[in-house]
Amino acid sequence: MSRMRRLVPVALVALVFGAILAGGHALAGPSHSQSNPVGPGDATVTITIEHSHFSPNQVNVRPGTTVRFVIVNRDPIGHEFIVGDAEVHRRHEAGTEAVHPPRPGEVSIAAETTAETTFAFPGGSADTVVYACHLPGHLRYGMAGEVDIVPT
Amino acid sequence: MTRAATAITVATTALLVFAAPAFACGGLVGENGTIQLTRTTTLAAYHDGVEHYVTSFEFSGQGQQVGSIVPLPGIPTSVERGGDWTLQRLEREVAPPIRTEFATKAAASNASDAVVILQTKIDALEITVLKGGGTEVGKWATDHGFLLTPDAPEVLDYYSRRSQIFMAARFDATAAAERGQNAGDGTPIHLTIPLDRPWVPLRILALGRDRDSIVQADVFMLTDRKPQLLTGDRGLQLARSEPASTQLLDDLRADKGMEWVPQQEWLSYLKIDTPAGLLTHDLAASVNPLQPPSRVDAGIASSNSFLNTLTSAPSRTWFGPAAIVAVIAIAMLGFQYAWTRRRHPFA
Repeated sequence: MSRMRRLVPVALVALVFGAILAGGHALAGPSHSQSNPVGPGDATVTITIEHSHFSPNQVNVRPGTTVRFVIVNRDPIGHEFIVGDAEVHRRHEAGTEAVHPPRPGEVSIAAETTAETTFAFPGGSADTVVYACHLPGHLRYGMAGEVDIVPT
Repeated sequence: MTRAATAITVATTALLVFAAPAFACGGLVGENGTIQLTRTTTLAAYHDGVEHYVTSFEFSGQGQQVGSIVPLPGIPTSVERGGDWTLQRLEREVAPPIRTEFATKAAASNASDAVVILQTKIDALEITVLKGGGTEVGKWATDHGFLLTPDAPEVLDYYSRRSQIFMAARFDATAAAERGQNAGDGTPIHLTIPLDRPWVPLRILALGRDRDSIVQADVFMLTDRKPQLLTGDRGLQLARSEPASTQLLDDLRADKGMEWVPQQEWLSYLKIDTPAGLLTHDLAASVNPLQPPSRVDAGIASSNSFLNTLTSAPSRTWFGPAAIVAVIAIAMLGFQYAWTRRRHPFA
């Protein structure tokens, strides 16, 4: 079971980034990493969206951290921020929900606005959780990032 | 180049971008609509500091509304219906004809920061010329029901750094149906733009497309003299560079709004066939031998960037006379050789 749990994030990352590459888009935006892990406990991470890319697109957290994501959308178009496991991303990539109600780890950000969502990362072993925008064409364009759960 | 310099060159430049049928749309796509603009044709004619910009939109599919956006190099002083055959006639000059039929003012404002310079309706097209930065124009577009593709914010910013003038065109399918327009019909738009120097937006052709999808387009240019060209991309080929035929110029001049076409012009024909991800610059032109095309106009930001000066292909009109001269020369040499052998059999 633990082996299975380790494989899920790997498969998820492969799924998301495979979709990006299959769509013909590499992660075209500049790569920004937040190197210092946040947590454990409560923490705030600010992510900026510009030109349809997340910055940073890689975040490190300690196991058991509850992160309040503050998403600043500088684009003139709407985006969304979805963080979660493979099933969450699969559902949203195929979904038809234009605007997401406030749910943990899911938020829509209108053009040139700021929105927040909170997500609790599990404790325990190392893991990777993906965040992405699933509006049509956005993931393929490279709107994805990952949260690495880094054990102390 | 200053306007004075432009006057010195007495330039007349006509630029035509003709996107192949595979080309989906020039910019914006109407939300949830099945209609797509299948082809966008653009002509920018430059003469005495004024550019005549003609573009044509065609559509296919079913839906209510669809839009397109075209970056403009300057503020137009008029927007009107274009001629009936100019674009097709230029296309026919270099390719077999494709059957295509080609088919005034309002004012409005809104809460966004983009300034609406003028609005008009031509057939089923609602044209709005906007002034603003990429963010403002993008916001205006989304506020007016357009669905911007994810690459649009970056592309709009790219263009707004050189010119903050954009033309948004909304195609109303219902209005088109009421007018009896069918899929494949086109509506030409003619803009008159005072301008110091012309450039052709090419990167916009890749908007909304996957990086690997191929952009195929034809670019025609008419200039008073052989132009210098510059782009930052490799996927452009100068397929023809020659004096325009009298017949071509006569045909163009006979079209509505094309009286400006001079008696003599230089025709350049460029083909674009490149992955969308590699079409990241525009085309700059100069007809002043002392003034190279502007890197800025081509959208080339870095001094280390690749420069494609689009060296002229051998002019097709050279081949015929050159071949004749070569044949005559060979014949004369042969005749001289035979004559010499006859006079001096042992030479």
